[in-house]
Amino acid sequence: MADITGSVPEARSLDIPSMLKEAGITALLVLALTIVMVGFRTIDVPGGISVNYRFEAVAVSVGIAFVGRLILILMRRGRSLPAMLVLGPLVLLQLLALLVPDTFGILQPYPDPVLNWLIVIVSVMLLARATWANWHTSQEFTREQLEKRQDESAAKAQKILGYLGPVLLIGALALPFFFSGDRQMIDIAILVTTYIMLGWGLNIVVGLAGLLDLGYVAFYAVGAYSYALLATHFGLSFWVCLPFAGAMAALAGVLLGFPVLRLRGDYLAIVTLGFGEMIRIILLNWYQFTGGPDGISGIPKPSFFGIPMERPEEGVLSFHSLLGIEYEPVHKLIFLYYLILALALLTNLFTVRIRKLPIGRAWEALREDEIACRSLGVNPRNTKLTAFGIGAMFAGFAGSFFATRQGFISPESFTFIESAVILAIVVLGGFGSQIGVVVAAIVMIGLPEIFRDLQEYRMLAFGGAMVLIMLWRPQGLLAHREPTIRLHPKGGAPEPGEVGTDAPDAGGTPETTAERP
Amino acid sequence: MAEAATILLDVQHLTMRFGGLVAIDDVSFQAEPGQITAIIGPNGAGKTTIFNCLTGFYAPTVGRLALNHPRRGQFLLERMEGYQIAQKAGVARTFQNIRLFPRMTVLENLVIAQHNKLMRASGWTVAGLLGLKRYKDAERQAAEQAKYWLDQTNLTDRADWEAGNLPYGAQRRLEIARAMCTDPVMLCLDEPAAGLNPRESNELNRLLRFIRDEHDAGVLLIEHDMSVVMEISDHIVVLDYGKKISDGNPEYVRNDKNVIKAYLGEEEDDDLPEEVKQDLEKKGLA
Amino acid sequence: MQNTFEYFLDQLINGVTLGSIYGLIAIGYTLVYGIIGMINFAHGEIFMIGAFVSIITFLTLGIMGITWVPLALVIVLVMSMAVTSVYGWTLERVAYRPLRGSPRLAALITAIGMSIFLQNYVQLLQGARTKPIQPVITGGMELMSSKMPDGGTYVVSLSYLQAIILILTIVLMTVFTIIITRTPLGRAQRACEQDRKMAALLGVNVDRTISLTFVMGAALASVAGTIFLIRYGVIDFFVGFLVGVKAFTAAVLGGIGSLPGAMLGGLLIGIIEAFWSGYFTVEYKDVAAFGILVLVLIFRPTGLLGKPDIEKV
Repeated sequence: MADITGSVPEARSLDIPSMLKEAGITALLVLALTIVMVGFRTIDVPGGISVNYRFEAVAVSVGIAFVGRLILILMRRGRSLPAMLVLGPLVLLQLLALLVPDTFGILQPYPDPVLNWLIVIVSVMLLARATWANWHTSQEFTREQLEKRQDESAAKAQKILGYLGPVLLIGALALPFFFSGDRQMIDIAILVTTYIMLGWGLNIVVGLAGLLDLGYVAFYAVGAYSYALLATHFGLSFWVCLPFAGAMAALAGVLLGFPVLRLRGDYLAIVTLGFGEMIRIILLNWYQFTGGPDGISGIPKPSFFGIPMERPEEGVLSFHSLLGIEYEPVHKLIFLYYLILALALLTNLFTVRIRKLPIGRAWEALREDEIACRSLGVNPRNTKLTAFGIGAMFAGFAGSFFATRQGFISPESFTFIESAVILAIVVLGGFGSQIGVVVAAIVMIGLPEIFRDLQEYRMLAFGGAMVLIMLWRPQGLLAHREPTIRLHPKGGAPEPGEVGTDAPDAGGTPETTAERP
Repeated sequence: MAEAATILLDVQHLTMRFGGLVAIDDVSFQAEPGQITAIIGPNGAGKTTIFNCLTGFYAPTVGRLALNHPRRGQFLLERMEGYQIAQKAGVARTFQNIRLFPRMTVLENLVIAQHNKLMRASGWTVAGLLGLKRYKDAERQAAEQAKYWLDQTNLTDRADWEAGNLPYGAQRRLEIARAMCTDPVMLCLDEPAAGLNPRESNELNRLLRFIRDEHDAGVLLIEHDMSVVMEISDHIVVLDYGKKISDGNPEYVRNDKNVIKAYLGEEEDDDLPEEVKQDLEKKGLA
Repeated sequence: MQNTFEYFLDQLINGVTLGSIYGLIAIGYTLVYGIIGMINFAHGEIFMIGAFVSIITFLTLGIMGITWVPLALVIVLVMSMAVTSVYGWTLERVAYRPLRGSPRLAALITAIGMSIFLQNYVQLLQGARTKPIQPVITGGMELMSSKMPDGGTYVVSLSYLQAIILILTIVLMTVFTIIITRTPLGRAQRACEQDRKMAALLGVNVDRTISLTFVMGAALASVAGTIFLIRYGVIDFFVGFLVGVKAFTAAVLGGIGSLPGAMLGGLLIGIIEAFWSGYFTVEYKDVAAFGILVLVLIFRPTGLLGKPDIEKV
């Protein structure tokens, strides 16, 4: 934090040797990082394994690190013009190499076009930034100022999104009509909405109650298996099983929570992680009951409140014959989309309402200070248990939806990475922020799905994005918190910063006019 | 001593050990309703430990802590959990290092203090989720009670601020207001004047008298600031090294030899540097 | 056969070897947690990178014709510690240092992000298939042999490999304990653990101390990676996750922040796993490890050797 000062950086003198030294150190560091892991590649050979070399990739990486660091130093020292002069030709050369590979292909840094394009994009962004900095003086902020600015921009964004809420909702409702024929888009929409619902559910536990749960996927699994087993063994319908699956997941949440919820944050995290893994291992090994690694298949699709959505047969009432429309398989998908949208909206409505109820406020208060809560007569154990149970219940609902959508489930779908992804959505969105979850789910789930062609880079980019977003906005994308109850209408009373720090005290004791309630 | 029926808090033979350390050693005292009882003593005398025993954060090793609630009868605090003591026995407290809910607003802090009342009104959340009128009325009432205490503590203008953004003195007042919102019969204040300037300190004295006179709440006070203690206390208990060394009204305690000894360390006079001794003599204390 | 002392001894040796690996990794978790209070979720990946550097170095040495085992082993260990330390240092510098003072969850998410990133980075560079290696150290010594009731003989032996693992672990842990308890660096670390601001005011270079903590943790994890490779003979890019989680479990079991706790926790988890696999079912060995953790935490919320968490009110 030492280098964040409140001062405006001026164009400091260009100390060429020290710059070269700094860039040289970065290059050495990259050399150490890449020489073994990039320079050598393990390959399968008959009868074992061997290695081959690709030192040119190491050399290119070191070179890029050196030049990149130099440019960053220049920009940090307020010398945007030299940075632009270095960057501009480089960008041009790279573009030439990529766009006219026949002539200039030799100039491509890596054999892999994805990496090359990434380098171009980053260089162009740097160039744009240097150009901008060349005409404007930028200001450096302290951490508090930065956080305040981020909170303000988040508040603004939330306000805009709040007005846009109905529009977004209509958009979500109308989405199948935009992509009516595009199964893939509707599939992605279903996937994203499922994660939004899971994010909203986990938000109750992590965002509101502040309980770090790394095993949320366990409850998702409980819900999915509850429905799958009930439907395949007893032929019960989705609508009968849904509440039951939620109840089972909530029960699992309460049973786990009861002994462990008094543990402090990180201990709770590892225990919930362990619990998630335990559930998965049990599902994997209890063949008679869960089918083991083969999972459960042939899980029936949901009906439209008892009216089947299947291809109409003579003499059987079906959704399509009822409405008199032509049967199309995509309708089933659209129905699934509306189903998960309804479930997600239910979760959202529930959370928005419960935040303004005593239990919701108690959750947030527990997150802030458990000891103070106890001194005010709030029962910490029960309050945490309700948060854990309710969060688990929504995961259970989502789980039974997952089972019915897939038609097949196996323990493979419920690994730790799922818990991590859901938690990432909650934290990246901004703890406790409902709209933040939507934004984060679209960014983290929707975008990678659209770029599915870059399969092998997908999870790499996913992990990298998690890191970058957190570094950029440690509080989350939209972390502004709205009060659950107000005394003065919004904007009616002074806000912090608008008045002197202790101004209202200056007048001494005011008359006590209010009646005792 | 007052009759049993009028005693608010009866502490008998309270002892608290941490491993080999005896933090409180067989302390007994009483507090009466409508009075301000102060517990004073040098640092490490065990004052905060008594509070922690009273409010359920520690389980005392030995002792009986009986609280007579005027409407709900007697509670034995040593057998209750912390949150029950606040909820059922009506004991509220503040903390030496202020413990607000910093990212929630001032008003929210005060509404959370009315949690149990509101939980009942919200039908343990069900009625609240359905948006029944019963809960809305209860919430409005809670906000009114909060407003009342905001007016008393001069925080009404800043009701919608995040509590963490308040200046220090205002945070102290808010913590007292929050404790009062639980409708306590006994209010335990842990060094409420610490870090306040003289004007704020006066303001605090006024507030404490107001609580005592208008709300029939007994106030139990830990304080270092002697001007506060001597001015507003009705009754003072003095501790030193976990033992009670004096107990009585301010006039009595002020002149008690034991107290003077504990505070000024009479028999250690020889160890004092020369300048300090002269200084003490000049002030007529030694 | 399962009820003989020999079988018990065999499982014990297995458990202690496995426990050494967990213990070495757990130290990295516990040190980092002690000094900056975060779960370094990517530490398992550091271990995995250590294993990969080891396998690459072994193969390269093989190609270069250096096959004398003691020399090869030393080169591999040095190489793996050096490269992996750089990864540990970079991880802290790039991903964690900018977030100091931010909400704890932010750091945790970054760590999970780094974990995913590193896994896929290695998968991309080295391929997704498992990497087998020929046994490097063979042979062993007979500890005891006895006639079984069915006429056969049951031989309990300590392989040279296991002996080397045990000696290596003991040496490293001793050196390490000395560093923490006797050197200025260790003193600076303990000071930062107690109060980072005060340590900085007293002239401790906090950033450097934290960096060195990551470097030490990474170096120990890389040794664990080498041991894992030569003990089990196969690795893949995903190996860091489960081993990492269990090492973290070990750190928590022992009391996170406590150095002896990490070693004890590691040994316990290793032994529990070995005995559970030996006497009950292999499938549920992880369930047993986590189950014991939950049980311990219920009765000792801060782990076996962790300082009891007295509430400061």
